[in-house]
Amino acid sequence: MSTATHSSRKAPAGERVADWADGRLGIYSLAKVNMRKIFPDHWSFMLGEVCLYSFVIIILTGVYLTMFFHPSMNEVVYHGTYEPLQGVHMSEAFKSTLDISFDVRGGLLIRQIHHWAALIFLAGMFVHMMRVFFTGAFRKPREVNWLFGFLLFVLGMFTGFTGYSLPDDLLSGTGVRFMEGAILSVPIIGTYISMFLFGGEFPGSDFVPRFFSIHVLLLPGIMLGLLVAHLILVFYHKHTQFPGPGRKNENVVGMPLLPVYMAKAGGFFFLVFGVIAAIAAIATINPIWAMGPYRPDQVSTGAQPDWYMGFAEGLIRVMPGWEINVWGHTFVLGVFIPLVIFPLVLGAIAVYPFIESWVTGDKREHHLLDRPRNAPTRTAFGAAWIAAYFVMLVGGGNDLWATHFHLSINAITWFVRVGFFVIPVLTFIATRRICMGLQRRDRDKVLHGRESGIIKRLPHGEFVEVHEPLSQDQLHTLTAHEQPKPLELEPEVDENGVARKIGATQKLRVKLSKGFYGEGTQIPKATAEEYQEITSGHGHH
Amino acid sequence: MKKLSARRRHPLAAVVVLLFALAVTGGLYAAFAPADTAKADDTAQSLAIEEGKKLYSVGCASCHGTGGQGTSDGPSLVGVGSAAVDFQVATGRMPLQQQGAQAPRKKTVYTQAEIDQLAAYIASLGAGPVAPTKSQYSPDGADIAKGGELFRTNCAQCHNFTGKGGALSNGKYAPTLEGVNPKHIYEAMQTGPQNMPSFPDTTMSEKNKKDIIAYLDTVNSDKTKSPGGLELGGLGPVSEGLFAWIFGLGALVAVAIWVAAHTAKAKKS
Repeated sequence: MSTATHSSRKAPAGERVADWADGRLGIYSLAKVNMRKIFPDHWSFMLGEVCLYSFVIIILTGVYLTMFFHPSMNEVVYHGTYEPLQGVHMSEAFKSTLDISFDVRGGLLIRQIHHWAALIFLAGMFVHMMRVFFTGAFRKPREVNWLFGFLLFVLGMFTGFTGYSLPDDLLSGTGVRFMEGAILSVPIIGTYISMFLFGGEFPGSDFVPRFFSIHVLLLPGIMLGLLVAHLILVFYHKHTQFPGPGRKNENVVGMPLLPVYMAKAGGFFFLVFGVIAAIAAIATINPIWAMGPYRPDQVSTGAQPDWYMGFAEGLIRVMPGWEINVWGHTFVLGVFIPLVIFPLVLGAIAVYPFIESWVTGDKREHHLLDRPRNAPTRTAFGAAWIAAYFVMLVGGGNDLWATHFHLSINAITWFVRVGFFVIPVLTFIATRRICMGLQRRDRDKVLHGRESGIIKRLPHGEFVEVHEPLSQDQLHTLTAHEQPKPLELEPEVDENGVARKIGATQKLRVKLSKGFYGEGTQIPKATAEEYQEITSGHGHH
Repeated sequence: MKKLSARRRHPLAAVVVLLFALAVTGGLYAAFAPADTAKADDTAQSLAIEEGKKLYSVGCASCHGTGGQGTSDGPSLVGVGSAAVDFQVATGRMPLQQQGAQAPRKKTVYTQAEIDQLAAYIASLGAGPVAPTKSQYSPDGADIAKGGELFRTNCAQCHNFTGKGGALSNGKYAPTLEGVNPKHIYEAMQTGPQNMPSFPDTTMSEKNKKDIIAYLDTVNSDKTKSPGGLELGGLGPVSEGLFAWIFGLGALVAVAIWVAAHTAKAKKS
């Protein structure tokens, strides 16, 4: 909206700059739309911000590290500050990481911030994803954004893995060897992929520079694009909100982006940076000097990947070493089966939103979140998935569980083998029952009020507990959710008496729908009539 | 001479002459019969063996048999040598508290003198590795970097990069090497206790053992510096992941709750 008037008043400098920019970038209309954008307030909506900020921290510290890191596998002899490695042969990658740790000003702190931020980034994404899952925020129109987020998590895992491999230390080298073994187990093409990736026999002299390009260029580039798309979609869809008085599917109740959220988010960035920097200053991460340079003939116990790859490690550790030998070829099922299960475990959570929308046939938009208890099947599925994930993490750290809890590693391995199948089922059943219990409690609270803990003695000697009625706001919050009905099979003959063909998928869908919402999956919420009847005096105690 | 001659009838003269004669005879004997000197040491040794045998009968014989021949409860001790006895008893692993997957390190029951006596007795049953002297196991002047390479090649697969220990099958484990006396590390390498393979001098020279001890002394002892801050047990990514979740994400969630709780008041308009 640049004004082209030739008024006698000269506009202040700030206005002139803004006008100049608006004439070229159109910032006024952008700002008009977005400055008053409303965001709802809840701490769990800030988990995504934790991820965003740790990603920014990772990029900033990563840029610093690239200035000193040499992605090369040329062999050199160390003559640096760290005495126990002096005179040892190592790759230039390892030597430059030692130099970053001991001889570059602030190098070790930056390295530790980079690595801690990576662990926290992945943990943040995991928790953020679970928040979105358990509150049903992935429902229409946000399914695509759910997939973007999921892809960010998976790409984050591989960016982390390639970064962890770059220093070419004994621990990460063992991890790369593990990955090579998994690739080799793929029938027919495994050897070709391995030879291509490593430029010949493992370890060769190519993988560090190649992983470097993947780690600093390819994967972060894709992630940055996805991240921007993820944020644009959050803006476009508007943020979801928890049910409450005045909160509807059509509105967003909260605070404007400017100034409230700009201040809050900006401040939160520095808080996140501060917490990560403090942790990096307090605790060691990946002390590559203690691990020594990678040599294929050496290995250490306790060789685990960073936590986000831990469940893959668990899959391999607990899998029996099955092998099939046919026509002079070996099929290493003990490695190949885990390699197949790995994407299936991750994929199970990614496809759930699409399964749910298919089963329910719900095509409406949802901007109000579910309380997890009000979607017991979804909550139980999510809890079961986490249980399976955690059981695999136990498998991945089976040696440390054994030494620290004085257990037999074999017993733990067998526990994990059985637990991978049994524990998710038990978790599913238990979680669903807990959700129903909470629903019953909500119903009871609505109808009878909150237990006040005050015991009253009536004149005739009876003791009663005084229940405090809930406020109108609380009543609304507890009863705002809808309770879906299961799908019914259409009658086998239509209104004209003609037999109708019902497909197998339709039958499956109805069956699943019954499982989701049928008998014994939800407690009917208190209705207004029930509330009226109870509060009007009859049967009140 | 006159003085001497005047006192030749002194009552104590005979005693002096006798002492003189004894000294000369003894001196000559000592000078001309060196084999007998060794015999005198043997007497001390046999005394130690005698004492050791007594201690053995009380503390060890129930499992290892009255003559160290072994029983169904404990292995034969013939040929294990004094190094094995010193390692097992001085680290408290023996006497065994109870049968189990592995004998744990615990409080030492015997004094070093008693352990030496026991060792002397067991060594007398058959030749075996001899307990090292201080000059053999002391880390002074050894090559630390070489020790690190040797450690990563031969020891780390069970004991972890810097000797923090690790799990073995069926409840057995490679113990942590933190706070272990260099002498006992040397003896463990020599004798291969429990599940550990032995590294006799023919496989790993005395100097290499010293290098390994020097490496451990640098990276896993009171003197060790941790340039990055808390070591988190030195166990690798599992403890780091746990720390990141509990203290990293935990702190950030706490901060998020704090920020969300301090919100701007909506203007009533």
